Amino acid sequence: MMIDTLTAAPSAALAPGASAPVASAPAGSASAPAAGLDDAVIRVRNLDFYYGKFQGLRKVNLDIARRKVTAFIGPSGCGKSTLLRTLNRMFDLYPGQRAEGEILFNGRNILDKSQDVNLLRAKVGMVFQKPTPFPMSIHENIAFGVRLYERLSAADMNDRVEWALRKAALWEEVKDKLQQSGLSLSGGQQQRLCIARMVAVKPDVLLLDEPTSALDPISTAKVEELVNELKVDYSIAIVTHNMQQAARISDYTAYMYIGELVEFGETSRLFIKPTKKATEDYITGRFG
Amino acid sequence: MNHSLYRRRRAINVLSVVLSGAAMAIGLTGLLWILWTLFYNGLSALDIAFFTHSTPAPGTEGGGMANAIVGSLMMVGVATLVSTPIGILAGVYLAEFGKTSKFAAATRFVVDVMLSAPSIVIGLFVYAIAVATLKHFSGWAGSLALALIAIPVVVRTTENMLSLVPGSLREAAFALGAPRWKVSMAVTLRAVRGGVVTGVLLAIARMIGETAPLLLTALNNQFFSLNMSQPMANLPVVIYNFAMSPYENWQQLAWGGASLIALIVLAINITARVAFRDRIRA
Repeated sequence: MMIDTLTAAPSAALAPGASAPVASAPAGSASAPAAGLDDAVIRVRNLDFYYGKFQGLRKVNLDIARRKVTAFIGPSGCGKSTLLRTLNRMFDLYPGQRAEGEILFNGRNILDKSQDVNLLRAKVGMVFQKPTPFPMSIHENIAFGVRLYERLSAADMNDRVEWALRKAALWEEVKDKLQQSGLSLSGGQQQRLCIARMVAVKPDVLLLDEPTSALDPISTAKVEELVNELKVDYSIAIVTHNMQQAARISDYTAYMYIGELVEFGETSRLFIKPTKKATEDYITGRFG
Repeated sequence: MNHSLYRRRRAINVLSVVLSGAAMAIGLTGLLWILWTLFYNGLSALDIAFFTHSTPAPGTEGGGMANAIVGSLMMVGVATLVSTPIGILAGVYLAEFGKTSKFAAATRFVVDVMLSAPSIVIGLFVYAIAVATLKHFSGWAGSLALALIAIPVVVRTTENMLSLVPGSLREAAFALGAPRWKVSMAVTLRAVRGGVVTGVLLAIARMIGETAPLLLTALNNQFFSLNMSQPMANLPVVIYNFAMSPYENWQQLAWGGASLIALIVLAINITARVAFRDRIRA
């Protein structure tokens, strides 16, 4: 519909028979390119990331599975948010930050200079730690992003706004006050408005950067429920400080430590039978 | 507990409260004295004739300030229309686009110099480029001088307001795939619209009382005139001329004019405060 190059068919899976999704680096050394998932929307290959001279990520290899939830966990400063912010090239906003390696989105390296970052961000949406409604009405908050890439009639726009708000389980709460400021909503509602805003532009991938860390438990539960529903249509990567949350909502989990991907695998396995001692120490609370 | 230490601390506390209270009282006394003198002498001059009649010729009775009020409003209005978009766009450039570039640093420095430049220097500059070359004073030249005074005020407040916008709001807009100009104009500038309006209002308040630049550019006009290509009457210059005159009715009009300016500035400041209250909506 809008972005041909980005909606291209997914690349062939890397290695046949690589069904066991264990991609990890031996701590302290660069890993060989990982055996990938069969159906990945994003494949990260040998990714190094630098904040000026400081290296934030070291040789990260990881796949984001299509229409699944992938959680990034690890102690503060381990690079999980850094990794997430490379996937939509958010770091481009800051001079001095740079990424090396490959991030293949539907087979195309988005770190390539020719990649239009605005088109990329329309396809790889992001929601942040703190709710960030724009200083405009609820309706306009959602229409803003849609208008960037589509021309819709007023009626179609209303439909899109309703569709997005329903997706974010917010419609019933705001349907009578769409013209009110987005800032008038509660924190939890604001965060769901941000999710609706992201979903409205119809991205392929949703990046959630600790989306519930500023929310109360009830709002958190609502957002988690939402993530579960959204994965039917979207591929989701979520950074979380909360291991229970990762265990509850993710299909795959990546454990990171000091810029390296220590262990990656199916959440059900990683939490019960981690292959790395470091992972076990972290998830059992002995460390971190 | 060490009682002598505690007593000492209490004594110092009392002393600092008294000293700061006295300092405030001195400052406030000066201000109230000015306002009281102004309104005591001037409010009675603000009658209907003040707003409907033009400045009287020497030796004639009565008269008003209609020509000066209209002249001031026109020149300040034109200067506002010119300086607002320039000031806001320059502020957006400094805060959103040029952040760390050399060009932005140089611009910032020039704006700071302009902010504190004596207004008579700006008046002389405009005299040299727009009055001396055309061989006559004019309202346009007055507007130009006022705009040069207003632009740095608007640039600075706009930039300062935008720098208060949390980076997360900017990132959120970028994350939807919005290009930088759209993020700046539709999201961040909108988030601080109250603060930007405040900046414009403060610039207007500054312009309305400026005398020196107008003395050298618009000069004065005894008659009512809407022609900005001609010398134009304006409140500050008329006040200056009339206050120093030997005629009683002129002096009265000067008091009235001064009160009017004070009232206008007061009103603008109150409006700005109200607008400022919700300067950050994010």
